[in-house]
Amino acid sequence: MPALAVKSLYKIFGNRADEAMRRLADGAPRAEALAGLPATAAVIDANFEVRPGEIFVVMGLSGSGKSTLIRMLNGLLRPTKGSVRVDGVELTTLRPAALRRLRREKISMVFQHFALMPHRTVLENAGYALEVAGLPKAERRERALEALRMVGLTEWADKLPHDLSGGMRQRVGLARALAAGTDILLMDEAFSALDPLIRREIQDQLLELQAELGKTIIFITHDLNEAMRLGDRIAVMRDGRIVQIGTAEEILTDPANDYVAQFVADVDRTRILTASSVMEKAQTVLDVTVGPRVAARALRENQTSVVYVTGPRKQFLGTVTEDEVLRAFREGRQSLEGYVSTEQVRTVTADTAVADLFAECAESVHPVAVLDATGRLSGVIPRITLLAALASTAPDSAPADAVEPAVDDPVDSGPAGGTTPAALDPISRKEEPV
Amino acid sequence: MSLTQSPLDSWLPRVPLGTWTESAVDWATATLGPVFDAVASVVDALVRPLNDLLTGVPAVAVVLVLAALGWWLRGWKFGLGTAVGLGLVAGMPYWEETMSTLAQVLVASVLALLLAIPLGVFVAENRRASAIARPVLDLMQTMPAFVYLIPAIFFFGIGTVPGVLATLVFSMPPGVRLTELGLRQVDKEIVQAAESFGAPPWMVLLRTKLPLALPTIMTGVNQVIMLALSMVVIAGMVGAGGLGDVIMFALSQVEVGSGFEGGIAVVVLAVVLDRLTDSVGDRFPSARAQRLAREAA
Repeated sequence: MPALAVKSLYKIFGNRADEAMRRLADGAPRAEALAGLPATAAVIDANFEVRPGEIFVVMGLSGSGKSTLIRMLNGLLRPTKGSVRVDGVELTTLRPAALRRLRREKISMVFQHFALMPHRTVLENAGYALEVAGLPKAERRERALEALRMVGLTEWADKLPHDLSGGMRQRVGLARALAAGTDILLMDEAFSALDPLIRREIQDQLLELQAELGKTIIFITHDLNEAMRLGDRIAVMRDGRIVQIGTAEEILTDPANDYVAQFVADVDRTRILTASSVMEKAQTVLDVTVGPRVAARALRENQTSVVYVTGPRKQFLGTVTEDEVLRAFREGRQSLEGYVSTEQVRTVTADTAVADLFAECAESVHPVAVLDATGRLSGVIPRITLLAALASTAPDSAPADAVEPAVDDPVDSGPAGGTTPAALDPISRKEEPV
Repeated sequence: MSLTQSPLDSWLPRVPLGTWTESAVDWATATLGPVFDAVASVVDALVRPLNDLLTGVPAVAVVLVLAALGWWLRGWKFGLGTAVGLGLVAGMPYWEETMSTLAQVLVASVLALLLAIPLGVFVAENRRASAIARPVLDLMQTMPAFVYLIPAIFFFGIGTVPGVLATLVFSMPPGVRLTELGLRQVDKEIVQAAESFGAPPWMVLLRTKLPLALPTIMTGVNQVIMLALSMVVIAGMVGAGGLGDVIMFALSQVEVGSGFEGGIAVVVLAVVLDRLTDSVGDRFPSARAQRLAREAA
């Protein structure tokens, strides 16, 4: 069961909501559809499911309806139509008291401007949810302190919020939500009010905490890089509609429409794209038990000079070059065992970011081997492929080119555009801190 | 008057508002008599003991207590100022009248606030009530203060009680308005935060909205007291006693000296009450926190 499921959710502000929804039903842009109606559509036909333990990012520019959407997920705003299920419980029809209990037990929220109570100490703020739940003071204190410890603010417990910097205040906001002990965390532009360095830091902290706690997080942001960094999956919103849902890679490599394509055009792909999305099939892969004669034929057929060798259970062992095959042949061996070398090839895992491939590629004589989690060979990345992938990520090129999946035809497009200075330029530009 | 009217004006309907008001007041006097009697005895039961207390104890004691309060709330300079100001009043022949005015102001203000703050909370939470309350408050505030005295005499006769009740009605509006304003100004996100953790409405109101609205509400309290003081003098016209009597008498006899003395006594009371209530608001932790937050920003 999904932790949270949203089905054909609408929020129309103003009058004549039914008429507005009827006009929007066929997917017409909201500005046209609602012309002349005294209604504003904030969220139009939203559908998604969030899996337990997932960070689900909703990304959109201001006015795209994302803040309205998140406020319907805990009933702060009542949907005009549609369904929100939290752990299978339909939230839209709950009575106020039941809704409050659901909020106490299942969902907590972190706000853009922290929303701390200025007249309460950091500790009292962190323990607010527990106070609402009516816990005894001692237990409240203990759990609030534990939450403050998680965000590293124990020494500040007795200070007032105004004594803290912005980043620290938001960590109190986070502690308040963590102390509540709910499985679901709603984060509404939680880091947008912080300056970039602090934002980066608190993002890391969130990811660390998430690795430890495994909450289900719905994170709203207008910052694409933040979305890509945090999100297991990302929903892109525009003008009230969700236009695409997918992983960062899916959205980068296969944008649903021009809007998403343009949106992601400026993203530093080298940090999002992984080895698995730029690798290609290794042409000559042989088991280590194969004799040199077979290897020689395979090399000739594929017109390559290196064999990738796998062992039992397809574990990647290393490479054997043309010369070595020849030597094994001369020495009359029945298998390639003893000729396999790991000196001339580097290995990376499938989820290594493209940005981290450059050094490996440079130091690897043969195309870098990409291994899956169990150590099997999934593919290889020749240098030229990496450069080709980069060329297609250059923001200077037209959006249509920019979104062309890098793996499609890397060898062909490689020599043409891949080695020109223009293609290399984005590397240096994009490695600045985000 | 009707001779010089233009023919067009004859289209305007005659509105006998005055007659209606009169019959309404007549009806109220006839049917609500017991209610008014009850109200009168409550007000009397509040004002009289306080009046007796303030005029009963030695002037020096009152001066010292208020000066000490001023010192505690605002520092020694204000404490000293209070002592000098009230000492001056005590040195004039109208100390008793000053104290009886103080008693009336305190009772009228407390009653006005007991009505105004809950009403302010109600209209802050309820848009329709707010729309209805606004013009009524406007009327209450802009109606010339003297006018309140007329029905007060009808209902309660002559004396302190009609004075205090007319004062109550006149001074209440800023209490309602500023309570409403203060509650509406509370940061929406903070209120949402409280709600998002499942706090029921009463808890949001008592532990979040009211503490954060408190500085504004205290401004309202201050305004109510100031208006009450200004009205109490006018209430002298219905024989409410106190400084109003002194000033009315001085006016009718054209006695500059006693008029000035009465006026100075009012000024001293006003300054002391204003500064004291003003600083009470600042002493709440929520007010301090918000002030610090503003200074930091």
